[in-house]
Amino acid sequence: MNKGWLIGLGCLGLLILGALVVLIPVWNSYNSIVSLEQDVNARWAQVENVYQRRADLVPNLVATVKGYASHEREVLETVTASRAQVGSVQVTKDILNNPAEFQKFQQAQNSLSGALSRLLLVVERYPDLKANQNFLELQSQLEGTENRIAVERKRFNESAQMYNTRIKQFPALIVARIFSFKEKQYFQATAGSEKPPVVDFTK
Amino acid sequence: MRRVLVGIAILGILASGALALDVPKLEARVTDLAGLLTQEQIGALDAKLRDLETRDSTQVAILVIPSLEGEALEDYSERIATAWRLGQKGRDNGALLFIAMKERKVRIEVGYGLEPTLTDAISRRIIQNLIAPNFREGNYYQGIDAAATALIQVVRGTYTASEPPERPAGRRSGGRRSFDWIIFLLFPLLWVLGSTGKWGGGLLGAGAGTYLAYAILGTTLIPLLVGGLIGALAGGVVGSLVRAASRSQGKGRGGFGGPFFWGGGGGGFSGGGFSSGGFSGGGFSGGGGSFGGGGSSGSW
Repeated sequence: MNKGWLIGLGCLGLLILGALVVLIPVWNSYNSIVSLEQDVNARWAQVENVYQRRADLVPNLVATVKGYASHEREVLETVTASRAQVGSVQVTKDILNNPAEFQKFQQAQNSLSGALSRLLLVVERYPDLKANQNFLELQSQLEGTENRIAVERKRFNESAQMYNTRIKQFPALIVARIFSFKEKQYFQATAGSEKPPVVDFTK
Repeated sequence: MRRVLVGIAILGILASGALALDVPKLEARVTDLAGLLTQEQIGALDAKLRDLETRDSTQVAILVIPSLEGEALEDYSERIATAWRLGQKGRDNGALLFIAMKERKVRIEVGYGLEPTLTDAISRRIIQNLIAPNFREGNYYQGIDAAATALIQVVRGTYTASEPPERPAGRRSGGRRSFDWIIFLLFPLLWVLGSTGKWGGGLLGAGAGTYLAYAILGTTLIPLLVGGLIGALAGGVVGSLVRAASRSQGKGRGGFGGPFFWGGGGGGFSGGGFSSGGFSGGGFSGGGGSFGGGGSSGSW
């Protein structure tokens, strides 16, 4: 092999190497951001699922309580109104990138949480209702659903946090800019919303 | 500012997670850390649950701890269920009966796949009607046994034994393992090639590079090719350096110039090559099921 050939090959090698040094991190970052975002979306779907599950329980619960405690109109109306509000919040695909929309969703869900825990407090005054088998079933379903919500919210937050951390690291940071990956919203703890309504079965 | 607050909140959660009660190791279907049951009783419960798993692939485990040490029942129980991964992967047919003695609290944690049959209401009934009355009398074994029997009856029929219980996680890592061993055996061969032949370094590098790409990125074609190419380049360079060095040293040892990993284009022994997993060694391990906070809590 003569010298010219060697130099030419060397240059080509260096060029390829240089291109790879740039391309491979971009490639890796992009792929990892995409898979993290997929995970965030999957967790979000679960969050929506469990919130929907709770919303679906409300009409039945209200109807059952009404049968025994019809004059607790104010509490019942608050629950119904909050349920309607939750149903009216438009959840678009963009919600995780949109702080205002996310805030609205969270507020609606929190107000339903508040209304439901007040309802369960009021119920304590009605021994007949508390002995009703149908109500007990609904109550345990509601309690289970609140726990599911807590679990899925926590998992969503963890997942969103991983994603948000990733898109702030170098060199993923640049890739995120180029392909406009946006920061995801978190659930924030509001007073009382973290704990499911306390239902003590021993009483 | 808000971002900072959220960050602090998350740090707080992480910190509390680090300080919190550890998740006990899953070694058997019945884990009694409170010394509540005798060996025979544990054996009897284990046999029952083992029979359920062999027939229906449903995994039910029992854990008794002395105290929650201030931790919330639901949080801790969820962490255990997530770590233990009871139930088969994809079916999520696992459940955990969790008892905290000092706090007198019980929880039945239900995997996603069992939620339709073992509903929250049924879990509550098992706790209220079977566990609580027995526990109040101090009949712990009777309570647990009755609950286990009820759980088995409820989940029976959910999944028929038409398919044998599968262990996808184990099988997969097994596959990786055998591949790793082939690579391991190939190294001495490549060493000889790399240090004697003209193209050996490049070949060895290509092999190592491809494997590295496989280990990191999986079996996508282009990364494999790219990995191989880089490996070949690096291997070729290192290989010729090694040959040049050994030549300049005189005859030396017939061209065996240096340890074999020199020509490896950056090392074939990547982390995770010899990962564990798959072999449970006669003990008991979760099949990869997921939990989503379903179930019910109670006290006695």
